[in-house]
Amino acid sequence: MSDTTQDMATQPADSQSSLFRQLARRIQSRWRSIILFVPYAWLLIFFLLPFFIVAKISLAEIVIASPPFSNMIEWTDEGVMNIRLVFDNFIYILTDNLYYRTYLNSLKISIISTIACLLIGYPMAYGIVRSGPVAKRLLLFAVILPFWTSFLLRVYAWMGLLADRGTINNLLISLGIIDEPIRMLYTEFAVYIGIVYTYLPFMILPLYANMERLDNTLNEAAADLGSRPMNTFFKVTLPLTIPGIVAGSLLVFIPATGEYVIPDLLGGGNVLMIGRLLFNEFSANTDWPVASAVAIILLVLLVLPMTIYQYFQGKAAEGQ
Amino acid sequence: MYGKRSTFLSVMLAFGLAFFYIPMILLVIYSFNYSKLVPVWGGWSLRWYEVLFQSEEVWNAVALSLKIALVNATFATILGTLAGLAMVRFGRFKGRTLFGGMLVAPLVMPEVITGLSLLVLFITLKQLIGWPAERGFTTITIAHITFSLAYVAVIVQARLTGMGQTLEEAALDLGAKPFKVLTAITLPRLAPGMISGWLLAFTLSLDDLVIASFVTGPGANTLPILIFSRIRLGLRPDINALATIIILFVAVCVALAALLMFYQQKRQELDQKIANQGDA
Amino acid sequence: MAGDPTASDTPWLDTDAEPMVRVRGVTKKFGDDIIAVNNIDLDIYKGELFCLLGGSGCGKTTLLRMLAGFETPTAGTILIDGADMSTVPPYERPTNMMFQSYALFPHMSVEKNIAFGLKQDKMPGDEIDHKVHEILKLVELQDYKKRKPQQLSGGQRQRVALARALVKEPKLLLLDEPLGALDKKLREQTQFELANIQEQVGITFVVVTHDQEEAMTLSSRIAVMDAGELAQIGTPTEIYEFPESRFVADFIGSANILEGRITENSPDHVRVDTNLGEIYIDHGQSVKENSRVWIAIRPEKIKLSKTAPRKGKSTTNQAEGKVDDIGYLGNTSIYKVRLNDGLIVDVTAPNQVRPKSRSHQITWEDTVYLSWDPSSAMLLQK
Repeated sequence: MSDTTQDMATQPADSQSSLFRQLARRIQSRWRSIILFVPYAWLLIFFLLPFFIVAKISLAEIVIASPPFSNMIEWTDEGVMNIRLVFDNFIYILTDNLYYRTYLNSLKISIISTIACLLIGYPMAYGIVRSGPVAKRLLLFAVILPFWTSFLLRVYAWMGLLADRGTINNLLISLGIIDEPIRMLYTEFAVYIGIVYTYLPFMILPLYANMERLDNTLNEAAADLGSRPMNTFFKVTLPLTIPGIVAGSLLVFIPATGEYVIPDLLGGGNVLMIGRLLFNEFSANTDWPVASAVAIILLVLLVLPMTIYQYFQGKAAEGQ
Repeated sequence: MYGKRSTFLSVMLAFGLAFFYIPMILLVIYSFNYSKLVPVWGGWSLRWYEVLFQSEEVWNAVALSLKIALVNATFATILGTLAGLAMVRFGRFKGRTLFGGMLVAPLVMPEVITGLSLLVLFITLKQLIGWPAERGFTTITIAHITFSLAYVAVIVQARLTGMGQTLEEAALDLGAKPFKVLTAITLPRLAPGMISGWLLAFTLSLDDLVIASFVTGPGANTLPILIFSRIRLGLRPDINALATIIILFVAVCVALAALLMFYQQKRQELDQKIANQGDA
Repeated sequence: MAGDPTASDTPWLDTDAEPMVRVRGVTKKFGDDIIAVNNIDLDIYKGELFCLLGGSGCGKTTLLRMLAGFETPTAGTILIDGADMSTVPPYERPTNMMFQSYALFPHMSVEKNIAFGLKQDKMPGDEIDHKVHEILKLVELQDYKKRKPQQLSGGQRQRVALARALVKEPKLLLLDEPLGALDKKLREQTQFELANIQEQVGITFVVVTHDQEEAMTLSSRIAVMDAGELAQIGTPTEIYEFPESRFVADFIGSANILEGRITENSPDHVRVDTNLGEIYIDHGQSVKENSRVWIAIRPEKIKLSKTAPRKGKSTTNQAEGKVDDIGYLGNTSIYKVRLNDGLIVDVTAPNQVRPKSRSHQITWEDTVYLSWDPSSAMLLQK
């Protein structure tokens, strides 16, 4: 910096401006690289690199230290690099009953929730598409609005509804339908409700976008050719909304599988889900290598659906 | 018109909207409950708002969360816009596939994995270069920027693709250099997309619990972390009050946005009218 | 088309003929203040190729959609082959439609698209195969049956859409701008193909179009529509040579339209006083003396010469002016002639010889003489 100032001070006026011009030209020719470099470097350091570290830790052994894992690369006295890979963590997870059951349960819960979202979200999206222009806007707003309010507080709202002495039980008892409160909070049922409630907009929006692009004249053409509304739906509308169904389902399925907050708040300790297990294992600071291995396996499980999602998004982008 | 909304669809919509909004309405109503036990009605009262406003812990958490959200939104918008520009306007470049992959992956990555891997990164960095010395504001902000920038990039990319390149080409044709075109044509036209990106990044940051919980350190509690630690133990009327304030705030913002959109549309219609008069 | 007036060619002249479509007092309102179609009466006969012609927003498409059943009339009745269609949904009507966008199902092959309608009728599979095969032969697409619509050219898609609607052998085939999406050259060629196919299958066609040339070539009769109302119904010749209003005269082809006043009204001729001077028309018309009327003269009906025509006969219509502008169109040229009082008249003349020397050619600022036959001017009362 000081060099530049000195240089500039000793330069005559016109060459000073030529220096500026040179600098400007350099920026002109370099700005593309700068634009690309900054976000690229950021993502490499803060997104990609961490995964390699997690992968590394998952192959390490637990040691009693901080952080609690061994170094994978060690320099021996002779200066020879010694790489130690331990697959014990993975073997442990895949044979341990608890982990195994937790993975399966996570998949079960997210699959059932996804189907529930689809069954509720599909007719809602279709209803929005079929509304008048003003109603359509308002309804879309109504669907997006919860997304802007706190996720945590929306889950919390259901705690109040589902608790033993919560709104639903109070209502049912006061109506004389039941005498004893039904246990709903801290059950798997509550987790389903929570997931469907939070992720329903993620199902509706891609479906809506898909359906909105559909040409209504296709429905008219089908009717004109003698097809009744129900038949038209199954033969024309449904096949053409498959991209929306896939996108919406994956947008629900992927985050639901790794969900932590909902099973923790609504399922209490009673519902096994991998996200919660992972979080607790890490925050309790016990066995990082195993926790890292758990994360890697979860990632592997979700790579396929994530790839499918990206593929469909790419195809949709091409279609436009 | 053929193909109107059927009764079944209307019923499903009504059911869905009730499902969306009844829990939130109840949340608001119970915030005015005098009783300490949330679901037991003890008469109207503002008692829990008082409790809330007197809690220094809450104010600190709000301040921290807002600080993180502001810094995050600003940086994420800059980085996300750059990334979106590179993806849409730079044609093919070395490492484009990897870059595109890294831009989309944060959108679908489970939060626990993102959080965990960033925590591990920060710990490793501290061991290697002694930075970040302690976890809190900086680490949470970095984590938030990392996933927020991906959302901004998606918005920017969509807008850039939708805009087309004709105006840029016109500017080049009229003698503007590429960098000038970027600053004088592309960025101003991109502004609405950048604003929505900024707002989205801001909201995402305010809303995040899981990633912040992983990368925070002792003493640095964001608002979601504070709320979570309280409601884990059960229902708390002061949280209802907090929720009400947040819902009200969001509702006002959304109403303002809607009003703004409404006026913009009116103005467009007016412009159209004036334009039509020119033809007549 | 409008050739020999035998009974079968011109069923609309036969008072006993039962129309295939009978539209009576049909009105369609959207909301409270938009009247798309206003109180229309219309008969369309079996085997006709009937065109609804008009500009955008004239209500022609709405009328077509009411025939198909996608819109229900606010008032009035529609009978198809004698049956009231008011409560019949599209999927039970004996009509099929060819959509402007073609509306081919993108997830089905050509074959499946065409078979779709037949499957709805629960037709046995081998019969469907046979019919699909036959219709593909008719539209010459046998080799493309396995393709998806996205893999076809515009012209091929148009033929698939036609085949899909035709294969159900409807009593009435509705075509919404059937050639609108094709480029000019292909459109001209397809016009004749479409008319041929119609002749072969003998199905009644109702075609909506905004293209007057298309309407003229295709149709047995044309209904010109304006602002939701019928302006005129007639054969192409009737519409062109005997328009009933300024709107029709101006919409079909082009016309010089002049305001005038009747000065003489005899059973065998009429004289009208206009800016062009007194115009003589050699046929009588039921108009009142001194009433306000309009005269329309088609540009191609005016003769243009550099020498003054012989004067004297009171039945000769003529005027003098200067050439203001010339548009060279290849086969013809269009001359804008400014008359002495400033009025500009369009005249078209065929370019029968290649221009060699400038001397005998009409050019800018030349003084020219216009003249036209006593039968050429059209007298319009609205």
